[in-house]
Amino acid sequence: MANIHQFDVVVVGAGGAGLMAGLYASRTAKTAVISKLYPTRSHTGAAQGGIGAALGNLEEDKPEWHTYDTVKGSDYLGDQDAIEFMCNEAIDAVIELEHMGLPFDRTPEGRISQRPFGGHTNNETGKPVRRACHAADRTGHMILQTLYQQCLKNKVTFFDEYQVLDFIIVNGKAAGVVAVELATGELHTFHAKAVIFATGGHGRIFEVTSNAYAYTGDGAAILLRRGLPLEDMEFFQFHPTGIYKLGILITEGVRGEGGVLINGRGERFMPKYAPTVKDLASRDVISRAIYTEIREGRGVNGQNYVWLDVRPESVIKYAAMDGRTNPDGTPYTITGEQVLAKLPDIIDFCRVYLGVDPVTQMMPIQPTAHYTMGGIPTNKYGEVIIDSQNTVLPGLYAAGECACVSVHGANRLGTNSLLDLVVFGKHAGLKAAEYAKHADFEPLPADPEAEARAQFEALRNGSGKENAFDISTDMKKVMFEEVSIYRNEKGMKAALEKIAEWKERYKHIRVQDTGRVFNTELLNAWELGNMLDVAEVVAACALNRRESRGGHSREDYPERDDQNWMKHTLAWKQDGKVKIDYKPVVVTKYQPKKRVY
Amino acid sequence: MQVTLKVFRYNPEADKSFRYEIYTLEAEETDRILDLLEKVKGYNDGTLSFRRSCAHGVCGSDAMRINGRNMLACKALVRDVGDKITVEPLLGLKVVKDLIVDMEPFFDNYKKILPYFINDSPLPADGKERLQSPEERARFDETTKCILCAACTTSCPSFWASDQYYGPAALVTAHRFIFDSRDEAASERMHIIAETDGLARCHTAYNCTLACPREIPITKAIGELKMATITGKVE
Repeated sequence: MANIHQFDVVVVGAGGAGLMAGLYASRTAKTAVISKLYPTRSHTGAAQGGIGAALGNLEEDKPEWHTYDTVKGSDYLGDQDAIEFMCNEAIDAVIELEHMGLPFDRTPEGRISQRPFGGHTNNETGKPVRRACHAADRTGHMILQTLYQQCLKNKVTFFDEYQVLDFIIVNGKAAGVVAVELATGELHTFHAKAVIFATGGHGRIFEVTSNAYAYTGDGAAILLRRGLPLEDMEFFQFHPTGIYKLGILITEGVRGEGGVLINGRGERFMPKYAPTVKDLASRDVISRAIYTEIREGRGVNGQNYVWLDVRPESVIKYAAMDGRTNPDGTPYTITGEQVLAKLPDIIDFCRVYLGVDPVTQMMPIQPTAHYTMGGIPTNKYGEVIIDSQNTVLPGLYAAGECACVSVHGANRLGTNSLLDLVVFGKHAGLKAAEYAKHADFEPLPADPEAEARAQFEALRNGSGKENAFDISTDMKKVMFEEVSIYRNEKGMKAALEKIAEWKERYKHIRVQDTGRVFNTELLNAWELGNMLDVAEVVAACALNRRESRGGHSREDYPERDDQNWMKHTLAWKQDGKVKIDYKPVVVTKYQPKKRVY
Repeated sequence: MQVTLKVFRYNPEADKSFRYEIYTLEAEETDRILDLLEKVKGYNDGTLSFRRSCAHGVCGSDAMRINGRNMLACKALVRDVGDKITVEPLLGLKVVKDLIVDMEPFFDNYKKILPYFINDSPLPADGKERLQSPEERARFDETTKCILCAACTTSCPSFWASDQYYGPAALVTAHRFIFDSRDEAASERMHIIAETDGLARCHTAYNCTLACPREIPITKAIGELKMATITGKVE
């Protein structure tokens, strides 16, 4: 009980959302940002293609179009009030990042450069629109660096390499968190009036993923264990273009610059599935198209992959066929040098991991587990919601990928993840600081660290007859096969049985490392527990939703069913079972329509 | 194929001194060294400790010495380094445990050069972005790539001699801001890096440039900073 800290606001996680929350909260409240990684290691840094905002720097664009595209992208499951709020705030958010020094690429006039992206359209013509504001193909890296730098400038207090293990609720309000300091193994209690979770997603529950090792669903799992619900957990995005087998992301920006998908027979296949925007359809649509090509025997050499082709001669050929032009009306062209300048990291990944040069060779790609649409339910101010009546838990906030506002609904539009971090991170920070100004500290329980200590003790004292690495490998494989792009009852039931079995086996693992200093084995084992808890909810919610919508495609229920399923799922863990309830979708202007790209 | 992985081990709670442990394991040519370390941790020895996160060369967590050269373990493939692989922690920073070093001196140096955008002039009246031409933006493009992995700084003989030297990574960040046409604190930063522990300690060993996993031409950037402090002009 030696290490007790007191702050008005504690932010958990130091990616884009956590840093933005920390930056804003610290202006008026005593704030700490706690992160299991050094902040610049956060996964925001891996985002590539851009951040969406209807700046209209290169052609006409409006927030209303961005709003509609996002609603349509969400397959009508996103809450339209929140989506409109985000898309209206987008312009100021991007301008603010520029004012903080973010080195966006520029137009010849010196304004922020923009490129086309999947699902971004001119709502009048249906044609792709340039909305993604970019800094080469490392936009997320630049956002993460810029926000961290601004936090240093503003003297935000950081606790780097502290893993948060538990959330303290007292009298139905937030009272703080418990964390372990990795360098010493000591537990710390952070007594706080307001707590903001910004802990990222859980893509590591899948075998092939673009996500960092750190993406183990910690925040979601901690709150689930504290009796709070998670929203829309069945919705997980598989990005169409991951490097074959490795899952490393190849940005949609490649297709924004004119790249096309080619099957094993050398045919461009997207026009069959999305006649208007073709290779720039929404991610769920393209991932299903790739799977369909592979299933029907048109993968490359009978394998589970297709090609992504951004060789200049191919780009020019297909751009001419599509009638794509530059803003001045001349035919769209690109050179090898331009590909290299616009997509340097992608070229580097392909050269390093595949020995392939995308300027002269095609890239082997397959869909990769990419983004958590569901998560901790919040309203548009980041306040965490705990039931279907939108009741708020005082003092608790969430933002970024761990949260479900919901602006992404059943499928997130490309570039809206970075936007989500910046907009909702800011508002969660502001709201938490405002709350802290008027709230008192709740008294801490007698032993706030008891639960965290018990979890660690169990991992140190198991029988040792099971191996954590084996359980983890099995989980990832089965989740990627059975709770994947296409799902059916049989597969998901099998996965749920397996999960129950792994959870039982998990009780028998024993951490070999008995030390305190950087006991990464203990932490990895604890993270595995989070992944198992989250995977169970994902599979249970997916089995429960008997329709197909966005990223959730049921082979046994292939149609969207607005009559019965236009509602958000809320899932609790109670008495060892997943309990499910629902919450209405907020519809303002856009009634559901059939989704065609 | 079979590879031998010789790993530097040190447990501060049990060992008086460091030692090397040799593991023989099956590997594919395309395996990352990080994959091998994960395998050893999962099946041979759970106590083996190292940092990692993104696993594809963008987060900067897993810089270490592989066959004597600073690399990211997630960007070094077996086919690049061969079947006899020695993995050691970065030099010049205190080893905390196995491959984990104390990064504080590194980040302390980074923080010394005002590593943040400074422009206190009024914002554009139209409420829009500050303007910057593509040429002005290109001027500092290379140094925006830094992921603070410390591969450069810990390959530098001057840093080995004194961790008071800001080191290449901090200077790269200084370059990123000094050559940004929108930033207004160039002279302040130039003053800082002209101190004894700044540019003067760079003796163009070139190790930093060779070590950088982001292929930033660091020695060139430092050269441009030196030129700027001599001429007083940022061009």
